[in-house]
Amino acid sequence: MRWSKPRRSVAPASRRLSPGRLVPAVRSVTAAILLASTLLLHSSPEEKRISIYSNAANYSLPVLERSGDEYIGLLEVFEPLGAVSAKASGLHWKFRYYDVESDFTAGKTRARIRGSDFDLPGSFLLENGRGLVPLSCLGTLMPRILGGPVMFNQNSRRLFVGNVAVHFTAQVSKTTPPKLVMNFTAPVNPMIATEPGQLRMAFNHEAVVAPGSQALTFDSKIIPSASFQENNGAAALVVAASVPLMASFANNGRTIIVEPLPQAVAPAQTALVPRPPVSTSIASPVPGGGAPNIRRYFAVVDPSHGGDERGASLTTQLAEKDVTLALGRRLRQELEARGLATLLLRDGDSTLSLDQRASLTNSAHPVIYICVHAASQGNGVRVYAALVPAEAENRGPFLSWDAAQAAFQLLSRTAGSSLVAELQNKQIRARSLIAPLRPLNNITTAAIALEVAPLSQDVSQLNSPAYQQSIAGAIAAGVANARDKLEAGR
Amino acid sequence: MIPRYLIIAVAILLAITLGMSLYLWRMPGRVKRGELSAENTQPVAPPVSGSSEQATLYVAYDDAGVLRPKLVRMPLPVGRQERAAEILRALLTLYLDKFSPHPLGPGSEIRNVYLVDPGLAVIDLNAAFADSHRSGVLVEELTVVSLVQTLSANIPGITRVKILVEGRERDTLAGHADLSNFYDVPAVTQVVAQLQNAQ
Repeated sequence: MRWSKPRRSVAPASRRLSPGRLVPAVRSVTAAILLASTLLLHSSPEEKRISIYSNAANYSLPVLERSGDEYIGLLEVFEPLGAVSAKASGLHWKFRYYDVESDFTAGKTRARIRGSDFDLPGSFLLENGRGLVPLSCLGTLMPRILGGPVMFNQNSRRLFVGNVAVHFTAQVSKTTPPKLVMNFTAPVNPMIATEPGQLRMAFNHEAVVAPGSQALTFDSKIIPSASFQENNGAAALVVAASVPLMASFANNGRTIIVEPLPQAVAPAQTALVPRPPVSTSIASPVPGGGAPNIRRYFAVVDPSHGGDERGASLTTQLAEKDVTLALGRRLRQELEARGLATLLLRDGDSTLSLDQRASLTNSAHPVIYICVHAASQGNGVRVYAALVPAEAENRGPFLSWDAAQAAFQLLSRTAGSSLVAELQNKQIRARSLIAPLRPLNNITTAAIALEVAPLSQDVSQLNSPAYQQSIAGAIAAGVANARDKLEAGR
Repeated sequence: MIPRYLIIAVAILLAITLGMSLYLWRMPGRVKRGELSAENTQPVAPPVSGSSEQATLYVAYDDAGVLRPKLVRMPLPVGRQERAAEILRALLTLYLDKFSPHPLGPGSEIRNVYLVDPGLAVIDLNAAFADSHRSGVLVEELTVVSLVQTLSANIPGITRVKILVEGRERDTLAGHADLSNFYDVPAVTQVVAQLQNAQ
């Protein structure tokens, strides 16, 4: 039985302790730890690695430094590719790959492969029975042993055995907003990270290679360029943009579509934004874009479910996803009316995974995240804070994905209490609870979820504009009331 | 003249024939009753020997949106794992009752409960349990917390609970309550304290 899932980490939003609160002794210890960490970081550079891509397996191996040259264990290189064996005898090291025999001698540059001489660019090394060859020889040594083509990019330390490279095309559509559509020749699953002004896709396990040029330029002000980077056995595609971006997959992972976050384009392009954002100042300009500034949001409103995922069937015709969208739109309107810049995570019938919702929210760095649900059971509004899983542990500066909310629980409950108080002021039944409800536990700011139920047995009330408006108004007022505490808590 | 023993033999044969005819005439009715009882999908607790013991079930009440403890007496097996499964099945029997305070879908079952040292309990639900469960944050939370708290209140030493469906991990129970993580019993106890106050 397997239940454990891969642990992921998320970088925390910046948090500072007030210096006035620090006891001098603690300050000294902290400074010492910081100094030691800095020295340690400087003294341990990033481990050098090589990535090998083949039809049998894609794998990564550490590269060794010997007398200033880069070396690699030959047995480790061939092991995932097929049947191998090696035997050390004195200074001789016999290596066998299927029926191909090779003979290396420690300290010598000449080896015999398939009965012929082969010159290594540096001496063969024998360490505790382990045969090491210069890294630079792999491009010529491997074809001799494998009997097939090998392409080795020594600068990026990426080696392709046979015709395994994954190529792609990239094109920005002329639609509004524009979309960058990338089509790959094989399914890919990169790690995607968003930063101000860019979206980065790291291909750690895929044999993705650059198109004709490493720098791609597009005829779009919003997505002006992208660059393909290869380094230390990995590849990355960095898309520059003037607005926050999101990526989605299609065609069984063969297509990646990068587009502006919903709501991200409109505020930047129109002059109708009623007031400057309350939460923070305008973000720094986008490198290379020369485009408008990025808007910062006080609140992220997330209408739950959407697309294929209907949520609860409230009546035979009314789906939860439709009610949450309508409520979310009204809530955004009410928050904006109070001067609180708000990002609506879903402004249409689109599918977003829970991880995507959390990633998009954490990238936007809002002061509060509000997830909207609807239910036919009970009455009034239930306001939830996260039940954070116990086994998740934060490691150093990185927060566990499942417990990212841990440091913000108090703030979330403060926000929840303010909302409940305001709802009760408006004679709407409200209750504060804790729930095991994702993605609350993945959010790195105050995070609450609302479950709106009808006030009576009449479930159709959930779809009533008047009822939705009264709920949205009360919630927005509650958020506005808690604004000072929320901002101070960050 | 017919011998007397022949008359007695014929009489006995006639009695047997009459008895067999009567039995055959009643047989279809018995078969039908047997089929009807097979259609009842409510889980039936296996016979348990031994004296009755007290157990605390944390029962969800949808009307008020609360969770309340209920003391019951029931025969329980000696083994911890069997006791755990038995207690949860008793809770489920309540939920599957016609007048259930928190109805579950037909065919909902606890497949098994595994106690994995140290302190970890794994509840394995059947697919019908999750597939037919009503969707909603509170209604799903009540089910999950009811199971976890009932288990931890009756089986000492349980600190974490994992819920599987058909032996596999599932993201949510019915679109809301998270099943991908482990439930920490002290944290769930806090949730229970909140859920004991009516809306």
